[in-house]
Amino acid sequence: MNWDLGISGLGRRVISGVGRLGRATLFLVRLAPALGMAAGRVRLIIQQIYMTGVLTLVIVLVSGAFVGMILALQGYNTLVRYDAQSSLGLLVALSLTRELGPVLTALLFAGRAGSALTAEIGLMKATEQLDGMEMMAVDPLPRVVAPRFWAGWIAVPLLAMIFSAVGIIGAYVVAVGDLGLDGGVFWSQMQSGVSVSNDIIGGLLKSIVFGFVVSWIAVFEGYDAKPTSEGVSRATTRTVVSSSLAILALDFIMTAFMLRGL
Amino acid sequence: MDRPKSTEPLVAVRDLAFARDGRPIFRDLNLTVERGSVTAIMGGSGTGKTTLLSLIGGRLVPDRGTVEVAGEVVGSLSRKALFGLRRRMGMLFQSSALLTDLDVFENVAFPMREHTSLPEFLIHHLVLMKLELVGLRGARELFPAELSGGMSRRVALARAIALDPMMVMYDEPFAGLDPISMGVIVKLIRELNDALGMTSIVVTHDVVEACGIADYIYLVGDGRVIAQGTPADMQETDAPEVRQFMAGLPDGPVAFHYPAPGYLDDLLTGERP
Ligand SMILES: Nc1ncnc2c1ncn2[C@@H]1O[C@H](COP(=O)(O)OP(=O)(O)OP(=O)(O)O)[C@@H](O)[C@H]1O
Ligand SMILES: [Mg+2]
Repeated sequence: MNWDLGISGLGRRVISGVGRLGRATLFLVRLAPALGMAAGRVRLIIQQIYMTGVLTLVIVLVSGAFVGMILALQGYNTLVRYDAQSSLGLLVALSLTRELGPVLTALLFAGRAGSALTAEIGLMKATEQLDGMEMMAVDPLPRVVAPRFWAGWIAVPLLAMIFSAVGIIGAYVVAVGDLGLDGGVFWSQMQSGVSVSNDIIGGLLKSIVFGFVVSWIAVFEGYDAKPTSEGVSRATTRTVVSSSLAILALDFIMTAFMLRGL
Repeated sequence: MDRPKSTEPLVAVRDLAFARDGRPIFRDLNLTVERGSVTAIMGGSGTGKTTLLSLIGGRLVPDRGTVEVAGEVVGSLSRKALFGLRRRMGMLFQSSALLTDLDVFENVAFPMREHTSLPEFLIHHLVLMKLELVGLRGARELFPAELSGGMSRRVALARAIALDPMMVMYDEPFAGLDPISMGVIVKLIRELNDALGMTSIVVTHDVVEACGIADYIYLVGDGRVIAQGTPADMQETDAPEVRQFMAGLPDGPVAFHYPAPGYLDDLLTGERP
């Protein structure tokens, strides 16, 4: 193993990574006024929320239900050792709203809708649709990119809430139907233990940040893609990889701050 | 040259030089497009006809020289002014460039929705009118992926004229059309031009159609205009490069090949890098 090569290769990667981050930031600066302009075009944004929502809703529902059921089984298995199984509802609700709902939803969204967004914008570029718009005196940033950005940003928190809600229902079904816990206790523990300001808002904040970052990466990669089919497919992969890493890293940072009470 | 004298031209390209990736595409190109005329731009594949349209539309900026459209120097306009100018230009892309997430109706309606606040019923009427012109009123609900190449071309044409622009640039409008649609489209371009007082620039390879439709023809090659004149001039001239192009001969002063080392040398020594 040649150490010099390894280190210089690493250096090159870091430099190119930082370079991409810089380009993505510049893109965001250019996009900002377009975001303002597009905010008025509610119809376009709703249309895009509908498209991304349709893409992701089913997978969020199914995953949410399964994660909730798994949490109930695993949580029960631990809690029962301390005779604390009555807290199962609380455990499940906290895990979902604070952590798993936002993170898993964002990851699912990146894989399903984020990659589709990148591919869509990249293909529009490759097939001269964006050039065509420019020639029709229509700026593609507010018309094409910004509504998709808004839609992703809005959809992720909504989907995360749905994920958590479905997860809790899934956990309830397992806890009451299979494990034989008392339904009233399940809910009342949850109600008294979950704080809106801390847990729910905290989770919501996370998913808003994730929604922003995933949408940003997805539209940037699409807009920046080489206008060829290979360029688009690379960009799609990069969206999924970068988004996933960004979500997990940001989750760690935000969790650390939140647990220390900001 | 016995071209009809009118007011100042709508498009004036002067001493244009433009290079792509260091490879010169144009050096010293001069041409003008008179208001209200149909001007054909002809030339071999890869001589830069599409590039020329991009320069006129302000998508590219010349390295040297100027492109003037309606009295404004395109390369020096602010983005806002450029977009203002482009609203008055229609462009038919060589690749059609239809928006794949919209159906045929919405594609044609797109410029109207973006640039006007016409009520829905008027947009509906206008779109159907434009589609009727290109014979695709019945295809309004299809998506671009469901269209044939020639149909996409005609939808793109309907979109290019959606706002009744002062000037339309057609990049290969006849490519992929069957003889019947071709005849209709040729007539349509001419009629639109005359009835609505538009100015048209038609890029084409097709000698017969160009002669049939154009008031004036430019033959582009080797980075400049190699010949120009009315269709009659072009057919009568005995300049060898024009004769070669008009008759479609591979050998002559105009090169058919993209610049390359000698064929035999290439075969014997040329290895892939
Ligand atoms: N995006 C680009 N980047 C670099 N070079 C390009 C690009 N587009 C075109 N070229 C080069 O510019 C030259 C002119 O291309 P252009 O598309 O204008 O030709 P054309 O006359 O329209 O040809 P055709 O009749 O085949 O459409 C070609 O040699 C091509 O290789
Ligand atoms: Mg071309």
